[in-house]
Amino acid sequence: MRFAIVRFPGSNCDADCERAVVEGIGHEATYVWHKATELGAVDAVLLPGGFSYGDHLRAGAIARFSPIMPAVIEFARAGGPVVGICNGFQVLCEAHLLPGALIRNRGLRFRHVEVTVRVERTDTVLTAACAPAQRLRLPIAHGEGQFVADDDTLAALEADDRVVFRYVDARGEATDAANPNGSLHNIAGICNEAGNVVGLMPHPERAIAPLLGSEDGLVLFRSLELAVDGAMTGSSA
Amino acid sequence: MTSTRPEATIQTRQYDVQIRVTPRPGILDPEGETIGRALGALGYEGASNVRAGRLITLRLEAPDAEAARTAATEMCERLIANPIIEDYSVQVEESPGEDSGVGGAR
Repeated sequence: MRFAIVRFPGSNCDADCERAVVEGIGHEATYVWHKATELGAVDAVLLPGGFSYGDHLRAGAIARFSPIMPAVIEFARAGGPVVGICNGFQVLCEAHLLPGALIRNRGLRFRHVEVTVRVERTDTVLTAACAPAQRLRLPIAHGEGQFVADDDTLAALEADDRVVFRYVDARGEATDAANPNGSLHNIAGICNEAGNVVGLMPHPERAIAPLLGSEDGLVLFRSLELAVDGAMTGSSA
Repeated sequence: MTSTRPEATIQTRQYDVQIRVTPRPGILDPEGETIGRALGALGYEGASNVRAGRLITLRLEAPDAEAARTAATEMCERLIANPIIEDYSVQVEESPGEDSGVGGAR
């Protein structure tokens, strides 16, 4: 299977994503420059972390208008797996592929720590290989990761089970102390209605080997593999 | 706002546009809160509800002030503000500049 990794000016987790795909789960990855208008023959799209366009205006606000984005949106609408990590999550929100927004962290500090997240759903393209309520140790590294949404949107996200990851403490409780950035309801990641577009602030691609401190990110990449395999074998169309 | 200009029939003027973007009520504003705490620490106890936003200024060529306002509002909706978290306001004034009549509007 082949992954597209979209590179914006200022992306800096693109190579980590490539390693996670190639070395982590043994698949192919191709970089797609943001000025391209086609993704090519790919099975999944990753929007990596970084500081696209210097995070000017708002994180992700300018990348959202990159020439490649119509192709990403079309791929997502057709049901293809699209995952936005960190800055990629911000781009997905700005592009309205996911609801809500990511604003400056509570406390204004850039947070780079390892966090624990709880998997809230196992029927998304990014969590299909996870156990229910599985806890993952993943690093975060962001200044604008505080997830916010208006009351109605937040209520709808919870009612529709579209929260995919939540920051939790060592006991698995979504406490305020376990919330690194002030995100509403400790939200670390969400998905669209169909579950094929997922955005998250933590970096699974930076947690693919014991040497990196955690290999808990691998299960998320294996989930993508599972989702694509399932789609291929499940539909003859 | 295209560059094709019909033969001097549409005269354009230059407008100075100010766009104020502020966090929507109810949306947390960590920057404003921090400024508010710092003001309190400096002894300005009467200061409250500090909100931090941004001011964007630009010059715009348009047939009239209304057209300039319409264009600026569209810019806000599409790019400059994120309506999920931010409010914006647009102020348009004719540029006092040296020669504001780029399209021959004198």
